[in-house]
Amino acid sequence: MEEIYLDNAATTKPYPEVVEKMKIALTTTYGNPSSLHRMGIEAEKMIKEARKNIASKLDVSDKEVYFTSGGTESNNLAIKGAVNSLKRHGKRLITSSIEHPSVLNLFKRLESEGYDVKYLQVDNEGIIDLEELKAYLNDETILVSIMGVNNETGSIQPLAEIGELLSDYDNLYFHVDGVQSFGKVDIPLSKIGIDLYSISAHKIHGSKGTGALYIKRGTRIDNLISGSKQESGIRPGTENVPGIAGFGQAVELLPSQDDKEKMYRLKELLVTRILDEIEESYLNGPKIHSGAAHIANISFAGVKGEVLIHTLERDNIYLSTGAACSSKQDTPSYVLEAMKVKPKLIEGAIRFSFAPSTTEEEVNYTVDKLKDAVKMLRKIMQR
Amino acid sequence: MKRLYLIRYGEIGLKGKNRFMFEDKLISNIIKALKKESDELDVYKTYGRIYVETDLARDKVIAKLQKVFGIVGIAPAREVELDVDEVKKNCLEMVQEALPKSGVTTFKVNARRNNKSFPLNSMELNRELGAHILINTEDGRLQVDVHNPELMVNVEVRKKAVYIYTQDIPGCGGLPVGVTGTAGLLLSGGIDSPVAGWMLMKRGVKIIPIYFHSFPFTSDRAKEKVIDLTETLATYQGETKLHVVHFTDIQTEMNDKCPAELTTIIMRRIMMRIAEQITLNNGGKSLLTGESMGQVASQTMESMYVTNMVPEMPIFRPLIGLDKVEIIEIAKRIGTYETSIQPYEDCCTVFVPEKPATKATPDDVKEGEKDLHIDDLIEKAIDEVEIITINPYK
Repeated sequence: MEEIYLDNAATTKPYPEVVEKMKIALTTTYGNPSSLHRMGIEAEKMIKEARKNIASKLDVSDKEVYFTSGGTESNNLAIKGAVNSLKRHGKRLITSSIEHPSVLNLFKRLESEGYDVKYLQVDNEGIIDLEELKAYLNDETILVSIMGVNNETGSIQPLAEIGELLSDYDNLYFHVDGVQSFGKVDIPLSKIGIDLYSISAHKIHGSKGTGALYIKRGTRIDNLISGSKQESGIRPGTENVPGIAGFGQAVELLPSQDDKEKMYRLKELLVTRILDEIEESYLNGPKIHSGAAHIANISFAGVKGEVLIHTLERDNIYLSTGAACSSKQDTPSYVLEAMKVKPKLIEGAIRFSFAPSTTEEEVNYTVDKLKDAVKMLRKIMQR
Repeated sequence: MKRLYLIRYGEIGLKGKNRFMFEDKLISNIIKALKKESDELDVYKTYGRIYVETDLARDKVIAKLQKVFGIVGIAPAREVELDVDEVKKNCLEMVQEALPKSGVTTFKVNARRNNKSFPLNSMELNRELGAHILINTEDGRLQVDVHNPELMVNVEVRKKAVYIYTQDIPGCGGLPVGVTGTAGLLLSGGIDSPVAGWMLMKRGVKIIPIYFHSFPFTSDRAKEKVIDLTETLATYQGETKLHVVHFTDIQTEMNDKCPAELTTIIMRRIMMRIAEQITLNNGGKSLLTGESMGQVASQTMESMYVTNMVPEMPIFRPLIGLDKVEIIEIAKRIGTYETSIQPYEDCCTVFVPEKPATKATPDDVKEGEKDLHIDDLIEKAIDEVEIITINPYK
């Protein structure tokens, strides 16, 4: 069996069309988009085209799309930028307890700078409680930041309901970390009332080092870095033309409705086979169809996730643990912890994440190998 | 332009008949450490001094030489012909180079005349040179202090030339690597074992790092980390052959056949056996570990007693009397700490029992090992050891 890559929530393999586009940007259209001559204009055109493509997929205006270096920067720009521009209106910030570290650690920092940050609890499917959100909302609240899809478990937040709640408040921005949801889950940005939406290219078969932030027209955020006028001064610095061009190409190839249905079928196959055929295995987070199509998180009792991953690596199967290894520093997955998964099961958690190209054969092969591996490891570990 | 450096070495000057061997080793180690950077290199010795001449940038030369064991001091120097006026002129220039931009600096001339045919003796040289320097510098900038000078102008009058230097930069001391033998170092990804390796290198021992890899129970990142640590250690000893022992089968078998509480100590015994054979194959005569008394279960006196019974070679434990904070301090200084604290060490301690025995007796261990027949596996592990050669000088 050739390599089976089921770690698409970590990063994806760039599509050949993306690589081709990037190659053109590196070899032919290598001018600086700010240069006045023809080569500069050619490069600028590539960026324009990419921006238009992305805007159209998000169903927003291309003037609302700003390129960044990736998801982490988009999140930082959105959150810091919004907080800085709204700080005179209040100090309350609201987020969830299962956000990506680029959001969570930033809020911890803002907290230490004197902001009043509320972290929403989640239920065992990883969903926030709207009542809790309602209770925290007040006139002092200037930012609510909630992720679209959780990277470890695939749980999908009720963004429309959240947007509805927030619509009663002024001087409050709604940010959504859409790194895992973009292209996987339909989120009508303007309808919901999302002001800021972060996306990343390498999660959708583009290249690393490229992302974007949707900033709704009229939303005022402060830039983090100073420089020239690129990206309207919101994100100065010579544009990453190859990355952006590839990003523009990648969004043309986002999963179709058929692809999504196929991923759901494969997820269902994987989860039901595992739960049926491997004793003491448990699906973490949302039920198969209430979570995103591309992510499934499963725990195997009595097995360390990291060891399991390395065991499968020998069969050319690539997966992730949700949790960092915990023998030295005790840092189990805070996401699974927030979902009240038992510590022993957090240790044995594995994340499977699919791409549209994942096949049934690959899923079956993975489950077969997984069965052997879990059996072997349990024999060694449970004595 | 080539610059000259005077290399002082302490202890090896004292070693009687072995002295030439030690000096030659030091010279060859210096050449190895510098020759990758430049072909314009001369290293030679006369009268208890080693001289290095090279066109390399000064900072680079000093950084490299500060990692060569056996060097006590490095003095950037000038070689001047046997002529009083030349000596005066050069002394003055060097003082002006070394003088801080403002304030008063105390100084002293420290002349030594080994060449008795030079017209001035040491005392006269001190006087003449001191006066020349004082007269020709800005008034009030310099003051003589013969007891505690901030600036020492050293002048050595030798047979063929006069050497002048104002700075003596400390080296790392010790003995040239290779002069005292070869030892097998049980290297993990932790903080201690690289420090133990460094300490014996400092005493002239060439180290063969031996790492036990248990994929998939320890990740390949742990192995990469050990390679990184070996690269750092290699900057002190030159070419280093990391031996990676593939240990999974042995560990699985041991885990299956031995009582859980004894697995740690039995594993240590097997490691010693394998390490001893690898060390012997490399011409070594001792083993080396990063153990410190009482730090963990395998580092109790009882455990060390039982472990020590396996190899015939001595096991050196240079950290035995150090506290963790002291070990960390050295690790930071020698540049291994940052690598060691990456979180991959023993990342998945699958085989560590809940309650390891800390007071196992030889009889307990014998009993625990009775079902374990792994001679074939051990032989296979030794035959199939993976050797990764790291040469920082290439």
